[in-house]
Amino acid sequence: MKFPVSWLKDHLETNADAATIADKLTSIGLEVESVEDASARLKDFGGGYVVSAEKHPNADRLKLCMVDAGDGAPIQVVCGAPNAHTGMKGVFARAGVVIPVSGEVLKVGTIRGVESRGMLCSGRELLLSDDHDGIIELSAEATVGEPAAASLGLTDAVIDVAITPNRGDCTSVYGIARDLAAAGLGKLKTPPVKPVAGKFPSPKQIALNFTAETKSACPLFAGRFVRGVKNGPSPQWVQDRLKAIGLRPISALVDVSNLIAHDRGRPLHVFDADKLVGDMQARLANDGEQVLALDGKTYTLDSDMCVIADDAATRGIAGVMGGEDTGCTETTVNVFIESAYFDPARVAATGRKLQLQSDARYRFERGVDPELAVPGLELATQLVLDWCGGEPSDIVVAGAVPAWRRTIEFSPDAVKRLGGLDVSKSEIVRILTNLGFTVTDGTVLTVTPPSWRSDVDGSADLVEEVVRIYGLEHVPSAAMSRPHAIARPVLTPTQRRRRTVRRALAARGFNETISFSFIPRAQAVLFGGGDDARQLENPIAADLDALRPSLLPSLLAAAGRNVARGFNDLMLFEIGAAFASGMPDDQQTVAAGIRIGAGMRSWAKSTHPADVFDAKADMLAVLEAAMNSSMSAPVKAEAPSWYHPGRSGTLALGPKVLATFGEVHPKVLAHFDLKGPACAFEVFLDAIPEPKAKARPVFAPSPYQAVERDFAFVVDTVVTADDIVLTVRNAERVLIEWVSVFDVYEGKGVPDGKKSVAIAIRLQPRDKTLTDAEIDAIGQKIVAAVSKATGAALRS
Amino acid sequence: MSDIQAIERQILDAIASATDEAALEAVRVSVLGKKGSISELLKSLGGMTPDERKVNGPLFNGLRDRAAAAIAARKTVLEEEALNARLAFERVDITLPARPEPSGSVHPVSQALDEVTAIFADLGFAVAEGPDVEFDDYNFTRLNIPPDHPARQMHDTFYVAKQADGSRHVLRTHTSPVQVRTMLKQKPPIRIISPGRTYRVDSDATHSPMFHQFEGLVIDEVTHLGHLKWVLEEFCKAFFEVDKVEMRARPSFFPFTEPSVEWDLRCDRSGGQIKFGAGNDWLELAGSGMVHPRVLEMCGIDSTKYQGYAFGGGIDRLAMLKYGIPDIRSFFESDLRWLRHYGFAALDLPTLDGGLSR
Repeated sequence: MKFPVSWLKDHLETNADAATIADKLTSIGLEVESVEDASARLKDFGGGYVVSAEKHPNADRLKLCMVDAGDGAPIQVVCGAPNAHTGMKGVFARAGVVIPVSGEVLKVGTIRGVESRGMLCSGRELLLSDDHDGIIELSAEATVGEPAAASLGLTDAVIDVAITPNRGDCTSVYGIARDLAAAGLGKLKTPPVKPVAGKFPSPKQIALNFTAETKSACPLFAGRFVRGVKNGPSPQWVQDRLKAIGLRPISALVDVSNLIAHDRGRPLHVFDADKLVGDMQARLANDGEQVLALDGKTYTLDSDMCVIADDAATRGIAGVMGGEDTGCTETTVNVFIESAYFDPARVAATGRKLQLQSDARYRFERGVDPELAVPGLELATQLVLDWCGGEPSDIVVAGAVPAWRRTIEFSPDAVKRLGGLDVSKSEIVRILTNLGFTVTDGTVLTVTPPSWRSDVDGSADLVEEVVRIYGLEHVPSAAMSRPHAIARPVLTPTQRRRRTVRRALAARGFNETISFSFIPRAQAVLFGGGDDARQLENPIAADLDALRPSLLPSLLAAAGRNVARGFNDLMLFEIGAAFASGMPDDQQTVAAGIRIGAGMRSWAKSTHPADVFDAKADMLAVLEAAMNSSMSAPVKAEAPSWYHPGRSGTLALGPKVLATFGEVHPKVLAHFDLKGPACAFEVFLDAIPEPKAKARPVFAPSPYQAVERDFAFVVDTVVTADDIVLTVRNAERVLIEWVSVFDVYEGKGVPDGKKSVAIAIRLQPRDKTLTDAEIDAIGQKIVAAVSKATGAALRS
Repeated sequence: MSDIQAIERQILDAIASATDEAALEAVRVSVLGKKGSISELLKSLGGMTPDERKVNGPLFNGLRDRAAAAIAARKTVLEEEALNARLAFERVDITLPARPEPSGSVHPVSQALDEVTAIFADLGFAVAEGPDVEFDDYNFTRLNIPPDHPARQMHDTFYVAKQADGSRHVLRTHTSPVQVRTMLKQKPPIRIISPGRTYRVDSDATHSPMFHQFEGLVIDEVTHLGHLKWVLEEFCKAFFEVDKVEMRARPSFFPFTEPSVEWDLRCDRSGGQIKFGAGNDWLELAGSGMVHPRVLEMCGIDSTKYQGYAFGGGIDRLAMLKYGIPDIRSFFESDLRWLRHYGFAALDLPTLDGGLSR
């Protein structure tokens, strides 16, 4: 909502300047977005008289102008504007002045061999309009050498206020003045609207055509016929005002409704009555009915939308936009002015469905003053008569002003209780009364909001009114109590786990990323998603349309971008949601990471290409960080399709999959323009059992010597390391402290189809030192068990 | 006598001229070995008369002791030389780079959230969370935003496709639905913050279609606007690590709060960096207000007995301000250079005792 201060002062008697007004507006909840003071901004630009404008000696399209800028001697300027001519007055910029559109300092230049010492400005160059076809031509009365802002009618600051959706009452200059007056900044001086006597019965009747269920769509419809008008430009002051708020003046009959909408917040519509057929009605649209609106577009309506129609057709979308076919033109002679009250919710729904924004919708959906329908019509009539002449009919009205009166029982204590502000009862009454509320004193206050405040319907609303006018700055800070003298932990186990995992991965060398939850559908498909239920209806971009089923596509896409920048070795991770469906509460928190690349190049040859065992280590590190204990569950050689089928695995506890890991499938890599090597892991944090709070056992190291023994087994290549290790462990459950695999070998010296697996074990006795015989016996037990389980032979 | 002196000189020369441990060992064997020259001399004592023995015993034994000592001394020297030679041989170019190790980092949003959590945890605020895909009812209706309310337009909502059961859900536009979920399952007193990812159809230097919000909710029987002001002031001082801040309150509108207040923070942007507590600029900090009685009722809380405040702000925005990051979109581009530049070390866990930032 934009308005020049002079317009505000039509309604508000105040000596306050623009800055004071702006501060007050913000402090009462009408947030000022900008105060545009063109006269200050354009102070360096003066009126210039073009003494002569002749063809540039070296260019056909340029002119050589001598401009009197008030200095006595004319200044030479090269000008490209087609409308520059001898004897005109323009807006002159001297060398050294900053040109608003570019922000650059104007310099003395030489154009096609001729010096130019200034510039005649276009509207665009001064950021006054989009016009750059020619330079601004000031009126003949403009003063040479004086600031041009006055000659341009821009002496006034323009204030732009962001109106919150609850304040329909402030979608007009009058409404804003009313709120300022209530806040003590001046006195409301708007003269009351005088009824205009009708000279004849309206030739058009109006009707509300609704059922009991739908009549709330339009409870009141008032209209008036004015005959014999002569359309033309509206008065200059009206045009100036409309221009000042960014509207284009069109003609008196069109401008009248624009002016009243912005001045009083009362949208209305002026039809060319000769283009209407028969009588008028408000009704719901027929499904599929079409209307060509004033914006030149055709809209298809449905039966939830309210329209204004005549006997032949729909003539306007109620509360949103009038129809093009029945609009006023230069030749309009008879008009029918419509002023109605439309249901805010229905107007909002209609506008949203049609994706049609308008000044009328903006006001109706925020709630216009229902009492202003008829006064608005009277005011419009008067302006039409003043500007275009003509003769008014009687007013015709269908329906009645919808009931808006309601009372609120209001305890003045609520201001302290909710607002933390000490305000006396009398002050509360004064504030509410100034805002137009009717207040009856009693044990509690009985308050009736004014017709223009449909947003106020409860005690909390009244507290807000009091607090915002009294001044939020007066609310003192009040310390909150501490629930416990010393703060207690607040994080849930899940939250702590996420934090630990995050920092564990960063400590391993992974860089944390955060990426969008939506990804290209083609990528989602590769990771088991991309179904219709996980699509967005209105993605921000066509290729960000699918909820991600996994975090890996985000990470691989990020890797692709980084590799393209020349970073070939990457370790990236993210902790975030993977979506199992399009339903709420059907997402999993996943910690996922990738390693890409052949390993950092180094003279030390200490790195290696990313492989499945890196991913396995990462996955285990995440699980161990999350569980705060080691993870002993075995892995299975199976994993989802996006992994390399022979180099990937799953770790599960019973039916619960805790993690998957492995090298990324080459086809998937190719989709992300990655060559690899690449490995990845996904740990499903929500699936991890909560760690049990266990006290650590007492530290009791054995005093007896531990012994280590190595065994090399020759087994079929299909036998897994786990087959051997678990067998070994089970063969001697008491003494074995650990088992490690320290060599795997296939090749010369080992038969085809076989491999040699070398393991080391450590035996830790607890109650005596082991004798050689006992150690040998354990060794034999182990060899026998492994042979039996896997067909292994000891390697000789 | 002179014979012995000659022998000794000869032995000591031999020891001194041994250039390595093997040569020295050969000398030792030739002198002190079973058949060594000194061993032979000592053996000869057995065939002497007691008088001869009395004279030669100390001579021979003295010779043996000196020879042994000389060998030991020479051995030490030779060992030292050998070690020095080895060390010289093992010399490397220590200016070669260390073995490469990847350096990881924590995302600034995670860091900022850990900071925010540490501050509010001290006041007993728990951390509540909810899903990204949310019921329209929780995201809007129970927050007093009925369908077609103009406030819905302020939200630029992402909609998820219609589900098989006919339901249609949204990507939450704020974390307020977590407040709804909390109130539906927990009775007052309630103190929570609700951080998380939020979504709006919007993208420019200060807007990203996905961003992070944190909201605070306090419900009890006494909490009012003054407490809200206090908690935001204390938060800002703690988070921005300054001794004082100045806040400005502006009445505003949110459907879920009444009265509604927006808070600005006094700041100084001159000199390219932002400073708090002084200056002539105002920075939008948070939207807030007293929870609307209708919201309380729709969430099963008796609005005649309980009241409280709610506030909300952007985590990314706080991170941008505190860490000097200019463009919100860069947060989600996963550019390794950016992650390394703005990221935090794994061990930089913010705490109140150690300070939020290092």
